[in-house]
Amino acid sequence: MADLSQPRSVASETPAPRLPVARVNWGAVGDHLILIAGVVFMVAPLLMLVQMSSMPDIETIKSGPSLQWGDQLWPNLMKALFESMSFSGDNTGLNMFWNSTVLGLGFAIGKVIISMMAAYAIVYFRMRFAMIAFWLIFTTLLLPLEVRIVPSYEITQKLGLLNSYTGLIVPLIASATATFFFRQFYLSVPEELLEAARIDGAGPIRFFIDILVPLSQTMIAAIFIIMFVYGWNQYLWPTMIITDESKYTLVQGIKQITQGLEGSQQVPEYGRSNLLAILAILPPVAVVIFFQRWFVKGLTESDK
Amino acid sequence: MKRAGFDSRWLPILLLLPQLSIIAIFFYWPAVQALRSSFYLEDPFGFGATFVGLENYLRLFRSSEYLKNAWFTVIFSVSVTFLSLAIALLLAVKADKVIRGAKTYRTLLMWVYAVAPPVAGFITLIMFNQRWGPLTNFFELFGWDFRVRLNYNDTAIAMIIASVWKQIPVNFIFFLSGLQSIPRNVVEASMIDNRSSVSRFWTITFPLLAPTGFFLLITNITYSLFDTFGTIDTILRNNPGDNPVTLVYRVYLDGFRGQDIGGSSAQSVVLMVLVLLLTVFQFRLVERRIHYN
Repeated sequence: MADLSQPRSVASETPAPRLPVARVNWGAVGDHLILIAGVVFMVAPLLMLVQMSSMPDIETIKSGPSLQWGDQLWPNLMKALFESMSFSGDNTGLNMFWNSTVLGLGFAIGKVIISMMAAYAIVYFRMRFAMIAFWLIFTTLLLPLEVRIVPSYEITQKLGLLNSYTGLIVPLIASATATFFFRQFYLSVPEELLEAARIDGAGPIRFFIDILVPLSQTMIAAIFIIMFVYGWNQYLWPTMIITDESKYTLVQGIKQITQGLEGSQQVPEYGRSNLLAILAILPPVAVVIFFQRWFVKGLTESDK
Repeated sequence: MKRAGFDSRWLPILLLLPQLSIIAIFFYWPAVQALRSSFYLEDPFGFGATFVGLENYLRLFRSSEYLKNAWFTVIFSVSVTFLSLAIALLLAVKADKVIRGAKTYRTLLMWVYAVAPPVAGFITLIMFNQRWGPLTNFFELFGWDFRVRLNYNDTAIAMIIASVWKQIPVNFIFFLSGLQSIPRNVVEASMIDNRSSVSRFWTITFPLLAPTGFFLLITNITYSLFDTFGTIDTILRNNPGDNPVTLVYRVYLDGFRGQDIGGSSAQSVVLMVLVLLLTVFQFRLVERRIHYN
């Protein structure tokens, strides 16, 4: 109870005579300085990439990134989009962009649909094998693709799916992250909705399409964004499955781009390489920034 | 399961079928395959395999190269986890406090979430360019001749910096949302009781953030073990030489380059056990968390 006296004494101290001049709040200045330092650390590398891609390569090779803005952005962009990086002529920036889009969208759409269906079956049906299905699916949360990469490759090869979009996308869907989110979400939907729908004579398919899907819109959007970013950014799996250059993705192409910079035989093309890297960053970053609210919600709900 | 669930017999099976068949083919089959081939020694020319029992595992633990990689993985994971959690926590606390520009800071601090790990590696290589890299120049101020890919330790540090950069945003997002979910009245009460903002942080805010912190701890360890593959591979330019590599990278090296399927599978199994232990640990923490709420 001694605490009760504390606030009063504090309160009596605070209204100290104030000068009419606006005081500098040093605490807030410190906070801003720390945040600005953080922002510089996070953003400076990107600005550097953009700056370098506006310069002629000869300049960059000599003196590296600078504060100058050159006039080569457009020609470099044209090279990045339309010129191939190798002999086959197939892996132009545009082509890789297309493949990345197919991977990102295909993965996100496939994942959302399949996991919504599975979660619906687990939550809303009286099933004898519900528990077994649940455990079979959720065990997959335990092991990331990276630890079973070699046998996964062998199986995909056996099925004749190398160098195909199916082989690229479907094995990546074999984990239960999204199913888990949807299950959690469905469990939080009030039971009364289901009862009311049943009294009105709605069957399981009706209920799913007319009530549950509209209710899950925000959830679907959030998961879709997270999965799109995840799919677009895949590296190891595409590197192994896709050897045909016409099916290369941008993120996978980074390896080739980097090796190009090593180029002992010709002038390293920083302008073009940086633009390809920027191209690989842009769509997922844009999605995350534009749909920030949904994305953050979806992400942070995931730990519940 | 809902109390008033539907009774249809075929519909749920139909609904589960796509997911179950995908995980059967692309999860259980390869996992079992890895387990199986970890006990076999595969003929390099593809003429079958011989059962060798635990030989592949023994070979691993006797290999000084593997133990060295394991040790590096430990140092790498601890550094990445600690640094990215600490920096993100500091930034989140400040971003939660400021009034002006809060939204802009938030956006600028989290966009890197969407950058692919190999791109982080690509940027790192430019930053550490031998001739003019901004970070090479920076370290030179302290008389440190930084040589990525030529010096073991320098390469390791570059990998850690890149991986921390890539991981700060996720931690920042979670910490910030954790901070914002601390009830207003708790914050106000603590402000009356304790005027030092530093001690207020350690006695009130930090313990309240502990659940988020535990969750992130596991997430970050898993990240540094598995998701850094792209960053590392790009920094090494696909050619490790004498440079440090993590255990996951080694599974790939031995399995694909070395064609040592047995050894690579044994390594996979070791990693599976590691992830299982981490997950069990995490579940126990989550259980305890539910009690708090």
